[in-house]
Amino acid sequence: MARSSQRKWVTGYLIAVAAIFIIYQFLFPWEGLPIGIYDFLQLWLPPTAVNESLVYVICALGLNIVVGYAGLLDLGYVAFWAIGGYCAGWFMSEFFYQINLHFFGSVARTAPGIHVNFWGVLLIGGLVCAFFGILIGGPTLRLKSDYLAIVTLGFGEIIPQVFFNGDDIAGFNLSNGTKGITILDPIPVGAKNIGPFDFGYKFIIFVLLAALMVFISLRLRKGKLGRAWLAIREDELAASMMGVPLMQTKLSAYAVGAFAGGLGGVAFATHVDGVYAERFNFSISIFLLAMVVLGGMGNVWGVIIGALLLSWINSTGLPAFGTTFNDKFGTSINFPSFTFLLFGLVLILMMLYKREGLIPESRLRLILHEGDAEEDLTSKESK
Amino acid sequence: MALSTNNVLLASNISVQFGGLLAVNDVTFGIPEKSVVSLIGPNGAGKTTFFNVITGLYKPSSGTVNYDGTDTTDLPPHKIAALGMARTFQNIRLFGLMTAEENLLVAMHSHLKSGILATIVGTPSQRKEEKESLDRAREILDFVGIGKWAGEYARNLSYGDQRRLEVARALALNPKVLLLDEPTAGMNPQESQVFIDFVYKVRAERDVAILLIEHDMKVVMSVSERVTVLDQGEKIAEGTPDEIRSNQRVIEAYLGKAKGGK
Repeated sequence: MARSSQRKWVTGYLIAVAAIFIIYQFLFPWEGLPIGIYDFLQLWLPPTAVNESLVYVICALGLNIVVGYAGLLDLGYVAFWAIGGYCAGWFMSEFFYQINLHFFGSVARTAPGIHVNFWGVLLIGGLVCAFFGILIGGPTLRLKSDYLAIVTLGFGEIIPQVFFNGDDIAGFNLSNGTKGITILDPIPVGAKNIGPFDFGYKFIIFVLLAALMVFISLRLRKGKLGRAWLAIREDELAASMMGVPLMQTKLSAYAVGAFAGGLGGVAFATHVDGVYAERFNFSISIFLLAMVVLGGMGNVWGVIIGALLLSWINSTGLPAFGTTFNDKFGTSINFPSFTFLLFGLVLILMMLYKREGLIPESRLRLILHEGDAEEDLTSKESK
Repeated sequence: MALSTNNVLLASNISVQFGGLLAVNDVTFGIPEKSVVSLIGPNGAGKTTFFNVITGLYKPSSGTVNYDGTDTTDLPPHKIAALGMARTFQNIRLFGLMTAEENLLVAMHSHLKSGILATIVGTPSQRKEEKESLDRAREILDFVGIGKWAGEYARNLSYGDQRRLEVARALALNPKVLLLDEPTAGMNPQESQVFIDFVYKVRAERDVAILLIEHDMKVVMSVSERVTVLDQGEKIAEGTPDEIRSNQRVIEAYLGKAKGGK
């Protein structure tokens, strides 16, 4: 039952990945591609948008562990994204030119700065974020849900501000302030270096990272920790009375979620080939939360759909629709400026009519549709 | 049957004060090994408060709780539970959207050793541990008679089966003491009788002492080896069911004092 539907999801995603890779890697550079098709793809499915949406997938999967599995509302997830991004900025560029440190880096050994291998930076970014997750979670996770949400909100505001103003911390330049840190080292894969414009290969790398998060989510969900997270979401008091240590379990959810944020941050930095403080704003936290809610809290496959869909609408769908619409009817409506109106509307409608998300975890559907629960369950199980 | 003189749990001189209200006043209460003892009293007598002190949910204003040689007075609930003190709840508190067997696996949390990385990688020892705990969960579910519902969401079980599942979940902690908070609340006489037999079965086949908080006197008097009566936070009587039945203070606590004269 559950396993076969899982296999369907995996197969579906693999086909999509293969199709997109072929389009980027072979169809796009092909001279014989009719210009109409090229323009169409460039308008509706540009490579940058696809790669960016995968960064959102990675982060949304992390947030899903915190919000979907453990039931802790986190409104400041962008902080982890930012910390991960700056880890990439610090450890794979010439930013700290005073130091000359190379660790399997992808640039010449004479280059100044810290140059750690991309895969090493991923690990560093993830672990630093997990550390900050525990640091911020320690004092705040004792709070009840609403208060926790407010504190995380503050955390999500503070961290980007620190980076924004971090070009002169007692004379030390931590983040290069508004100018940001740019030109990152290419990603070494075997003997090849993948630069900022190798969309196809970067696409595969991001897919692998997302797949890693899916794997981690599913494995943890099935194990001891995942059960404890769900138990806490269901009934905190009963869980503690059954020997589940609340703080430790919530902290681990926070740490794993933050780890994913770190991966996403590093990936995003390589995607835009730089780190800019003004890009880490509050709306990203809300955006990610909307992806988790829209897709279906607690269901990784749904969350992926939610992340891809919202990210695509935001970066491509709405502007492309606007351009087409304006061309056709000779209007000059600024469609992208309605993004948040649209998302707000979608979320309100979702909460009114489909609170469990597009592809819900079967358990959650039961809570939200008390009345028709029985019928729902039997139809689900018999599939 | 004579009660063992070894107390597996001993709460000494427990007092609990909520602001100006003295909810429990200097109560000493022991649970002998492998016994079935009951705690009764009118509403508001402090039974549940006392229960919550034993399980670590409340800290007593004074007094100590000693469980199996460990002073548990200041331990958090999950540590006390991990030591082997298990409880059920007056109003059922299962993990409704987890399956019956998952409910039991949650209770085994403190016994499982695999860490995060071992779980992600799926090391052989982690797999073995998961399989063993799943087997044990199924065995306990069979023992309480709801083995066929192992894969069903807890909330979909019938009321009686949910009560059984709560006991099963408590047993999954491998407890030395099982605390049942009004287990027959909401049951009709037949169901209560089935439950009494079930308590006997648990006591006979698992090495566990049972403390019962109960309103149903038929249940209390038929299963208990010793009954303790609380009234307004104080222990007013303790003895065998027969002694309690004829105890003047107990009758007064439940029915009120006869006004002097007639």
